[in-house]
Amino acid sequence: MTDFEPKIVGFLCNWCSYAGADLAGVSRFQYPPNLRVIRVMCSGRVHPAHIMEAFKNGADGVLVAGCHPPNDCHYISGNLKAQRRVALLKMLMAQLGLDPERLRLEWISAAEGDKFARVIREMVSNLKELGPSPLHDSEAVIAGDD
Amino acid sequence: MSEEPRIGVFVCHCGINIGGYVDVPKIVEYSMTLPDVVYAEPNLYTCSSDGLQKIKEAIEKHNLNRVVVASCTPRTHEPLFQGACEEAGLNKYLFEMANIRDQCSWVHMHEPEKATQKAKDLVRMAVAKARLLTPGDEPEIDIHPTGLVIGGGVSGMTAALSLMNQGFKVHLVEKADKLGGALNELGTLFPTNVKAGELLRPLIKGVEESPDIVVHLNSALKEVKGFLGNFEAEIESKEGSERFEVGTVIVATGADYLDPVGLFGYGEVHGVVTQLELEQKMKEGSLGDVKSVVMVQCAGSRIEERPYCSRICCTEAMKNASLLKEEDPDRDIYILYRDLQTYGIEYTEMEWDAKRKGVKLVKYDKARPPVVTRGERGPMVKVWASLLNEELTIEPDLVVLSAPLVPNPDNKTLSQQLKVPLNSDGFFMEAHVKLRPLDFATDGIFVCGTAHSPKEVAESISQAKGAASRAGIPMAKGRVRAAAITAVVDEDRCCGCGICIELCPYNAITKDEMGIARVTSVVCKGCGVCGASCPERAITMRHFTNEQLEAQGLAALGRVVD
Repeated sequence: MTDFEPKIVGFLCNWCSYAGADLAGVSRFQYPPNLRVIRVMCSGRVHPAHIMEAFKNGADGVLVAGCHPPNDCHYISGNLKAQRRVALLKMLMAQLGLDPERLRLEWISAAEGDKFARVIREMVSNLKELGPSPLHDSEAVIAGDD
Repeated sequence: MSEEPRIGVFVCHCGINIGGYVDVPKIVEYSMTLPDVVYAEPNLYTCSSDGLQKIKEAIEKHNLNRVVVASCTPRTHEPLFQGACEEAGLNKYLFEMANIRDQCSWVHMHEPEKATQKAKDLVRMAVAKARLLTPGDEPEIDIHPTGLVIGGGVSGMTAALSLMNQGFKVHLVEKADKLGGALNELGTLFPTNVKAGELLRPLIKGVEESPDIVVHLNSALKEVKGFLGNFEAEIESKEGSERFEVGTVIVATGADYLDPVGLFGYGEVHGVVTQLELEQKMKEGSLGDVKSVVMVQCAGSRIEERPYCSRICCTEAMKNASLLKEEDPDRDIYILYRDLQTYGIEYTEMEWDAKRKGVKLVKYDKARPPVVTRGERGPMVKVWASLLNEELTIEPDLVVLSAPLVPNPDNKTLSQQLKVPLNSDGFFMEAHVKLRPLDFATDGIFVCGTAHSPKEVAESISQAKGAASRAGIPMAKGRVRAAAITAVVDEDRCCGCGICIELCPYNAITKDEMGIARVTSVVCKGCGVCGASCPERAITMRHFTNEQLEAQGLAALGRVVD
C-alpha cells in the first residue's frame, strides 16, 4: 500500500480556514499535495450530500474546516451547524461501511497556517493506513437525489 | 444564461512564485483541453496593469463570457480581476479563480511534478465551476455616515478627529475614565522628546470640543450586529447600555506592557524596574540619586513564549539612556542587548547620539541571558558579553527592563464580537500585510495603532489616519453594492417545512401567505446554511450553488462532465 496516494477533497470556509490555508502558503509550510480545496463561504454551507458525492466519486477522505467555536464564525453559528451535521454523517458512514475517520472536521483560524499544514499531513498519513476507500469503483448510490 | 460558455484561462507565473515550481506552459496547454475553454494564455504577472489589459483584450477578441485566473488567492486578488472583467463588460460573477500559489506552488516547493498535477486539477475545478456561473445583480445598500472608534488613545483619537474632519459623526468608546490611553503613562516620546502630555492635550481638546464626536468613557462594547454600512453597536457602562447605528468600525484598542514578574529579578530584587516605571520616575522627578543604570533589552520578547520583536524598546532605551546622560554625564549607563533594532533614519541617529554620549552597549546571547541578583548595595548583574567573550559583573543603582508590548487582554472578546481575526501572538490581523494593511477581511472594519502590533506613536498616528481614510470611502460614497452571494428559494420545490427559517442566523427568511419560504436579499449575508439544510434542495445559494460545488468536487476527483 506504499504507493497509494489518497485523494482528499476539502471544503474550507472563506473567512478562517481558507485564510489559514493561504497562510500556510505564505509561511511556506510544506504538506503533501493530496488535497483539492473547494472554497465555501461558511462550513455551514456544506451539505452532507456534497460530502457523500465526493466519497461516491472517489475521494478517500473529506475535510470540512471552519472557524473555531463558539464565537469565531463569521456568520455567527454556521460552524456549529457543520459540527452537528458531520457528527450525524459519521454515524451514517459507519452504517454504510465507510470508516468515519475518512471524514474530518477541523477548526482552523486565519492565523493557524501551521495547524492547517499539520492537519493535511495527519490526514494523508491516516488515510494511507486506512487504504483506498471501499467505494472506489463501487456502483452503490449513496447520496440522496440526483 | 442561454449563451454557451466561452471560457478564457489566464495562468500566472507570479514571477518565480508559481513559475519556479509549477510548469505554467503545461497548465496553459492543459487548460485548452478542458470543456468550453476557448482561450488560454500565460502571464508573468496577471495582476499587473499589463496582465489586466490582456484579460480585457481577450474578452473582446475571443468573445469570452467566463474568465478563470489561476494565480494567488481570491481573498486578496479576486476584486482586482473582477474589476478588469467589469471594465470589459463582463459581469463580475462570471469570474473564477484557481489558487495555484498560496495553496499549491508555495506548499509543494520540493515536488514540482506533483505541484503541476495539482495545479491542473485546481484549474479543472475552477473551469468546472465557471461553466455553471451565472451573472449576479448586486443590491445597493445605504451607508450610515457615522463611524465607531473603539479605544480613546492616541490612535483612536486621531482616527476620530480624521473622520470628523471628513464630515462624519463619530462614537468614540473608551474603557477608562479618561482619554489618552498609554500615553498618559509615558514621559517623553522619541525621536523629538516631545512630552507625551503635550501631544495628547490638543487631541483630547479637539475630541472633547467637537460636536460631531460623542465620547463614551468607562464604556465597553457589548455587542455588534450587522455589516458594512449598517452596524448596530451596543455599549455598556455603569449607567447602563446604549445602542446606536454606525456605518464603519475602527479598532484602536492599543496594547499593554508586559508585567515582567519573575524575569531578571523583577519583583524580587529591589531596584529592578521597567522602562515605563523609569519614565514615570523621570516624569515625576523622583528618580533620586542614581549613578549607574543597566538596561536589559528583550525582557520577555523574542523568546519561545513571545517570539515577536516589540519594535519600540531599542529606541525607547536609547532615548531614556540619552536623557539620563544629559541630566548627568557622569552616570554609567549600560544597555544589554541581543540585536539592536533602531531602524530607519531618526532612530539610528538616536543610537549614534546615545553612543556619543557614552552609553555602553553590551551584546548578550539568548542562550546565556543576564542574571540579576541581590548584591551588597543594590542589584547585581552578571552578563556574558558575547563580543568580549567574558563575563561582566555590574552593580548598578537601577536595572531597567525593556519589557515588550503585549496584546490587550480584551482582544479575544473583541475579535469574537466583530468576527475579525487575531494573529498567533494575539494582536489583530489585517486582511493582507501589503495590499490591505488597515482593513480587516470583513468589510467596513479597520484597525490601527498597537492593537495591530507593537509600534511607536508616529506609526500609530499614520495608521490611524490611514484607517480613518479607508473607513471614509464607503461613508463618503453613501451607498455601496453588496455581494450578490445570497440565497433564493425555488417556490415550486419549497414544501414550507421552515427548517431554513429556524436556522438562518440573520432572520432573513420568512414564510409568505402561501406558506413558502422567502429570502430578503439585503438581509441575507450569504453563509449558505439554509441551502445546506433544505430537504427539497429548493434553495439556491448564489455563486456557491449545489451544482457548482458538486461540479468542483467531481473535477477534483478527475471527473469531467460534458
